[in-house]
Amino acid sequence: MAKVVVVTSGKGGVGKTTSTAALGAALAQSGKRVAVVDFDVGLRNLDLVMGAERRVVFDLINVTQGVANLSQALIRDKRIDSLFLLPASQTRDKDALSEEGVAKVIAELREKFDYVLCDSPAGIERGAQLAMRFADEAVIVTNPEVSSVRDSDRIIGLLDSRTLRAEKGESLAKHVLITRYDAARAARGEMLTIDDVLDILSTPLLGIIPENEGVLRSSNVGSPVTLNEPNNVAARAYIEAARRLQGEDVPLVLPAERKGFLDRLFGRRAA
Amino acid sequence: MSLLDIFKRRGSAPVARERLQVLLAYERSNRQRPDLVAVLREEIMAVIAKHVTVDQDDVQITMERGETMSTLEIDININIPNAAAA
Ligand SMILES: Nc1ncnc2c1ncn2[C@@H]1O[C@H](COP(=O)(O)OP(=O)(O)O)[C@@H](O)[C@H]1O
Ligand SMILES: [Mg+2]
Repeated sequence: MAKVVVVTSGKGGVGKTTSTAALGAALAQSGKRVAVVDFDVGLRNLDLVMGAERRVVFDLINVTQGVANLSQALIRDKRIDSLFLLPASQTRDKDALSEEGVAKVIAELREKFDYVLCDSPAGIERGAQLAMRFADEAVIVTNPEVSSVRDSDRIIGLLDSRTLRAEKGESLAKHVLITRYDAARAARGEMLTIDDVLDILSTPLLGIIPENEGVLRSSNVGSPVTLNEPNNVAARAYIEAARRLQGEDVPLVLPAERKGFLDRLFGRRAA
Repeated sequence: MSLLDIFKRRGSAPVARERLQVLLAYERSNRQRPDLVAVLREEIMAVIAKHVTVDQDDVQITMERGETMSTLEIDININIPNAAAA
């Protein structure tokens, strides 16, 4: 029976899709059967970040409407056998997604996988609420920046009121994942600190993903960063976050400024 | 990691550009008319359904869209009583 995890944030561009791909791949790399589901109907991108954009035949809406069955729509990753993508529809609008349809698909995914990661669209409307509706856990992706933290707070409010678990009075585990963290800017006092963010949101921390160009390189080539550059700092942070998600106790070290001579020379970390 | 890797890695932007060009060329050309794959799929299924009953589970469709050529692979398990053997 799978754990259903929504990756959400309220604000757009904070790293939900990147994090869904990286956490999904990291979980699959550790042997779990994982499905990543794109809920961003009309603006799908998880296929592109996963490098499966040329292989999409059916999508989430096709499955909810019975045009295709789940096994026809799931795209198996070419690199990891136990990683699957259920893409969003690009041509339909988000009203084509019904709650009953989503319930059915999630129930079926639960049977087949260990983890189901739902990549939420931005916003707090219907699309975002459907993505979180059947979740057992939530990863709230937050940048250390005022508007992102405020939006995360609103999303936490929705998680606590609009999810099925909340309505049934059951608990829903929430984790904050701080992404695009820039240690140098934090040191200069230009960014909210980790403590600020955690104090305000009073939600446990899953990990801190540094701002890193390896993330961009990986989406350029269509491969989750944990697969494409497993030794990269951001990849390592995602791999550790994935272990914490599985309940492992992995100590958290604050990313320091680790730039050395080689990095300056080549503009990247020498792995 | 070799020096070559470092230079190769630095050049991920051209890969991104190429992937996007292929994808967007396809998506733009499809904006006005319905998805070609969806149309083919539906019509092929309709033809088959006229003659034999097939379950959704008996149909596997995979696609690989390339720059100059795409492949659509449709794998259908049909159960036709074999007249010759009878
Ligand atoms: N840790 C990171 N370092 C550098 N760039 C990042 C990082 N995380 C995300 N990005 C970039 O930020 C942009 C938005 O990320 P994305 O995952 O699409 O956000 P969302 O799904 O929340 O809208 C993308 O260009 C992505 O490559
Ligand atoms: Mg996204």
